[in-house]
Amino acid sequence: MTNNIDYKEERNAQWRAELRQKLKTKDRTSLPRVHMPEQNAQTRSHNKLEVNEGLSEQMALEEAKRCIDCPDPTCITGCPVSINIPKFIKKIEAGDFNGAASVLKETNTLPAVCGRVCPQEKQCESKCFYTITLKKPPVAIGYLERFAADFERESGNIAVPEVAAPNGLKVASIGSGPAGLAFAADMARMGYSVTVFEALHEIGGVLKYGIPEFRLPNVIVDVEIENLRKMGVNFVKNFIVGKTASFDDLRQDGYQGFFVGSGAGLPSFMNIPGENSIGIFSANEYLTRVNLMNAADPSTDTPLQSGKVVAVIGGGNTAMDAVRTAKRLGANRAIIIYRRSLEEMPARVEEIKHAQEEGIEFMVLHNPTEYIADKDGYVKQIIVQRMDLGEPDASGRRRPAPVEGSEFTIDIDNAIVSVGVSPNPLIPSSLPDLKTTRWGTIVVNENTMQTSVEDLFAGGDIVRGGATVILAMGDGRRAAEGMHEYISKKVKK
Amino acid sequence: MNRIVGKHFFSERVIGLTVEAPEIAKSRKAGHFVIVRVDEKGERIPLTIADADINQGTITLVIQVVGVSSAKLTALELGDHILDLVGPLGQATHVERVGTVLAAGGGVGVAPLLPIIKAFKQAGNKVISVIAARNKDLIILEDEVAKYSDELIVMTDDGSHGVKGLVTHGMEQIIQRERVNLAITIGPAIMMKFCSQLTQKYNIPTVASLNTIMVDGTGMCGACRVSVGGKTKFVCVDGPEFDAHQVDFEEMLTRLKAYKREENEAIASYLASQKQ
Repeated sequence: MTNNIDYKEERNAQWRAELRQKLKTKDRTSLPRVHMPEQNAQTRSHNKLEVNEGLSEQMALEEAKRCIDCPDPTCITGCPVSINIPKFIKKIEAGDFNGAASVLKETNTLPAVCGRVCPQEKQCESKCFYTITLKKPPVAIGYLERFAADFERESGNIAVPEVAAPNGLKVASIGSGPAGLAFAADMARMGYSVTVFEALHEIGGVLKYGIPEFRLPNVIVDVEIENLRKMGVNFVKNFIVGKTASFDDLRQDGYQGFFVGSGAGLPSFMNIPGENSIGIFSANEYLTRVNLMNAADPSTDTPLQSGKVVAVIGGGNTAMDAVRTAKRLGANRAIIIYRRSLEEMPARVEEIKHAQEEGIEFMVLHNPTEYIADKDGYVKQIIVQRMDLGEPDASGRRRPAPVEGSEFTIDIDNAIVSVGVSPNPLIPSSLPDLKTTRWGTIVVNENTMQTSVEDLFAGGDIVRGGATVILAMGDGRRAAEGMHEYISKKVKK
Repeated sequence: MNRIVGKHFFSERVIGLTVEAPEIAKSRKAGHFVIVRVDEKGERIPLTIADADINQGTITLVIQVVGVSSAKLTALELGDHILDLVGPLGQATHVERVGTVLAAGGGVGVAPLLPIIKAFKQAGNKVISVIAARNKDLIILEDEVAKYSDELIVMTDDGSHGVKGLVTHGMEQIIQRERVNLAITIGPAIMMKFCSQLTQKYNIPTVASLNTIMVDGTGMCGACRVSVGGKTKFVCVDGPEFDAHQVDFEEMLTRLKAYKREENEAIASYLASQKQ
């Protein structure tokens, strides 16, 4: 995405030039990368407080010095929403932390969220001068992003981004997850009247029902949502577009465009014997009970089973969230069962490291083949099979193949299946003209995010099938741009 | 929103609530359900829509008290609000003119069956209804069902009302008497299982509307999964109605007990707290 910013010219600003003079590049590059303070692994595996505690001001100031303010900031190319990275880091170095937060918010609606959950090691930090040229640990861009956003929030004066004068045009976002929120922010800024429809009883989508408190506290999400409210965004909970009201109803109500960011709802199962026994859940169910319904709190009505031995099937971030949640809820053995090796595991390196420190068992190169239930139907054992890695498959990862005769059983209380999701059919099924792929994802024009239904745009997991918070936000922003162009043309006619 | 404007006691444990929900009243069709959450601590529970009034902007839910959430819900009085109400969810009943429809409802299942009976009747079918319960007090909506049925048989386990016997006895009597083109069954899972076995014997296409445990009700969690024809299906988005002959009722019966242990403890402590 282009932001039409002349990074070179900005870099020549006097304050930046002066800042660069303060310390020689050689001295900057000899500074060590900051370590994120963390809760002790023993303690944190029994509470739901955040694992990463955030940088102190001193740490942030030191880390910001490491950024050499490159003439060609390649880091920005690694960011799906093109954050002006050197500018915000230099603001931190200059001690203007709120200024840094403002820079972040020029392109990113949810910096406190992204600073926590983005896979920076695969994005901005992988494109950092340190990584590419110096072969040294990159500037801790993610930590600094979180620092600036947290500082601003805790200061109590969160800047509300400026919005253009109302243009009198109504648009809707379907889904209030990262894609929908990013879309809503951009449209509000352009003067549109934006309503975000959410099917659940909480705003935030996966940020609320999926990602656990120890990785992303709900209060942080709520502050960001409150900020959108201040920008004039309207939120409607318990409303399913296409069901509660049809698209035509809403068109008649004056909505000029719709953005679908309804996520990759349906959890996949493996379809192996015994998988529908009691005590086996999808990761979505388990995490929704714990995060959205607060089921682990005995004062709530939603029941929860979280036993002493919990097996989690899968190796993604959701699997890590589930297994670490099970540990926190009292499991003696919380086991990841993954069919490939640690190297192929799709979860973030940091999540895997944290899980290992917390005593999660990693049973890699194993795959379940069957579950065995007791006479009441409760799962009691899982049969797993050893796997070998063969030649790389279509995904480029080495294909796992079962080792015949290697099966053995493990006694378990619960199993959590986290082997992927498929797109939620609710929207496509209410719009017969909407083009979808054979996987059920919505087909869009990649530049404008427009679908085959002209007033409908889409992004996030419903288009990608399963991606990250920041990619979803990037889609939301592109869709806002695309929809703005579409509506502007339509209105002129 | 979600204000309670009507409350009707079918029996001590079966209560009808009429709730203001104009959008749902307008968009719902026979077979649809809603998810409700009674208060901040409440569970999300699925309830089939028994009736709707577009002019009044209301829907009617019939609730049987089984757990804490249903007890809290039925304790609401006129003028109270249900915190969260979302719908209509699920696939609407596929209604067409097929000829003779045999509708079998058990206990509180008669409530969701009623709009389906109505829809089939209005589509020009001959509708024969069999409604059943353990005893007279648990028979609900008899007059309403009678109004939209060409014939109604009432069955009770103890013979305190209608004919003594199980729902399947009433059904078999009809099946042996005349040609039935479609059977529909809604009620406790065990009842639907036996209805399904009966109609399978006579090769009558049969639809069962399943009421499983759900959390979100929008396809996200998979708590409601059932095996239909050997494949895992989600009741919330693929159902709630399925070809009854393909449903693995044994598995469904087991899965319905998933949280029995936790629920029994919860209801005991809730009832104790109400007494204090």
